[in-house]
Amino acid sequence: MTAILEARNLSKTYKIRSRGKGAPTTVEAVKGVDITVNAGEIVGFLGPNGAGKTTTLRMITTLLDPTGGQATVAGHDLARDPIGVRRSIGYVAQMGTTDPSAIVGEELVDHARLYGIDPKVAAERGRALLADLDLQDVWTRKCGSLSGGQRRRLDIAMGLIHEPKLVFLDEPSTGLDPQSRANLWHHIARLRDEYGTTVFITTHYMDEADALCDRILIIDHGEIVAEGTPEELKRRVGGDQVILSVAPELAARTAEVAAGLIADSHPEAEGGEVRLIAADGGTALPKLLAGLASAGLDIDGVAVRRPTLDDVFLTLTGRSLRDDVDA
Amino acid sequence: MTIIRDSWTVFTRALRLSIRQPIWVVFGLLQPILYLVLFGPLLKGIAASNPNFGGDAWKVFVPGLLVQLGMFGASFVGFGLISEWRSGVIERMRVTPASRASLLIGRVARDVLVLLVQGSILVFAALAMGLRAPWWALGVGIGTVALLGACFASLSYAVALKVKSEDALAPLLNGIILPVALLSGIFLPMTLAPQWLQRVSDANPLKHIIDGVRAMFRGDLGSSTSLWGIVLTLVLVVGGLLVGTRVFQRESA
Repeated sequence: MTAILEARNLSKTYKIRSRGKGAPTTVEAVKGVDITVNAGEIVGFLGPNGAGKTTTLRMITTLLDPTGGQATVAGHDLARDPIGVRRSIGYVAQMGTTDPSAIVGEELVDHARLYGIDPKVAAERGRALLADLDLQDVWTRKCGSLSGGQRRRLDIAMGLIHEPKLVFLDEPSTGLDPQSRANLWHHIARLRDEYGTTVFITTHYMDEADALCDRILIIDHGEIVAEGTPEELKRRVGGDQVILSVAPELAARTAEVAAGLIADSHPEAEGGEVRLIAADGGTALPKLLAGLASAGLDIDGVAVRRPTLDDVFLTLTGRSLRDDVDA
Repeated sequence: MTIIRDSWTVFTRALRLSIRQPIWVVFGLLQPILYLVLFGPLLKGIAASNPNFGGDAWKVFVPGLLVQLGMFGASFVGFGLISEWRSGVIERMRVTPASRASLLIGRVARDVLVLLVQGSILVFAALAMGLRAPWWALGVGIGTVALLGACFASLSYAVALKVKSEDALAPLLNGIILPVALLSGIFLPMTLAPQWLQRVSDANPLKHIIDGVRAMFRGDLGSSTSLWGIVLTLVLVVGGLLVGTRVFQRESA
């Protein structure tokens, strides 16, 4: 596999001058991250808001000068050849790409012209892209008249009009309804499968990273805290979660007995629920239920939950990803 | 030269969007015509009775209106840029290989074209109302509108890209433009002002530019007043474009 993006020790610090007197304080937004993306991968860059995702992305896409470190993007050195980098990447920013009062087809063609592409070629390519993204009939419509999901797919078409080898999508599904999100994921997966485009996607949605990405980088407080396939990362949590529903007065006793039945299960009782960890929930369950029954403990219900990337994030950082997501 | 090609692309796109929203162009046009029709006649009486006025009312008032058009018409273009920035258009263009200066130049060129049309209509309307001045002076007057427009549009974009907020841009522009306009003798020549006010206005380049255009409207091309006005206009344009280009090229903008 060949690397299409290689960043080494990339960092960004800001000096913030506080009001009044006092020396300016230095804020480390990104603290020396290493990123490798191989050609043909869909890589997820996952972290809460303010973790440094967008700052990192803006550095790699030449919008922001790094304070330190270097990167090679699609064969071009970020510091020495930013124009070369821009020529070979597509970037779809979180805030969108099109003027609401502009006509869809004109925005696509004008954007392509900025890459030096002939307007006729651009129009052909643009129509084909829109058709691929289920946007056949919007060529002459105003961008502002499209639905949120359509507008987002148009953004992706804008990012692909010059046929980049590597495309960056910043929080692509934020603000979309569940159906539009699923539809968007389908289209993002097709970018790789049908165009061979490498996709680097930032998100704070665990399910998005889980559904789409071959590999995930987790960033928190400006540092990469974990890296791996979704499966590898989930394995780090240590197993499945088993949740037992019991009468509240039996919860403490149930936890005690369960701890003796399954090693390292760390049962915790809370109200009418007992939660514990089992390496394999499916095989642990019969043993657990039989043991509890013979101890005379009545179980009202049982659930086995496979670990999600949310659990991974919680294990790695001690915080739930959801805590940080502002609505 | 890709910068010319890219500027042309940005220019044609911006012009298309302006034509599609003609309401602002119409308002921009209507304003100087309203001044001409509703305020011009007031000056006729003052001009006739006051020797400090400096001659025929139209020859004094139309150059002022032209400079005002260049200033006000262009100063508020930054608002459009903020909404473009908010919809992601600026970022999107900044990750293309197009030179960042062309993103500014294309937009400024659109504004200049709009001002040229507005300035020409103003001059024709003034001619219809009784303005008599050499044809070359009228040309220089319209040219001054275009050049000042390039300067103020460029500065307006630069400030807009820095503050990125309409709420910050509006008071900032009003705080700068209004005193500059009042101290330049747009409506009445500063020769009518008391000594101290004249001194203050001497520090305002716009005042000298208006004086220069007025001198030319009187048929006076070679005088130091006219030349001084031309030189100051060119200095402002170069300065404005330099500032604008710098801001557009800066990383955090």
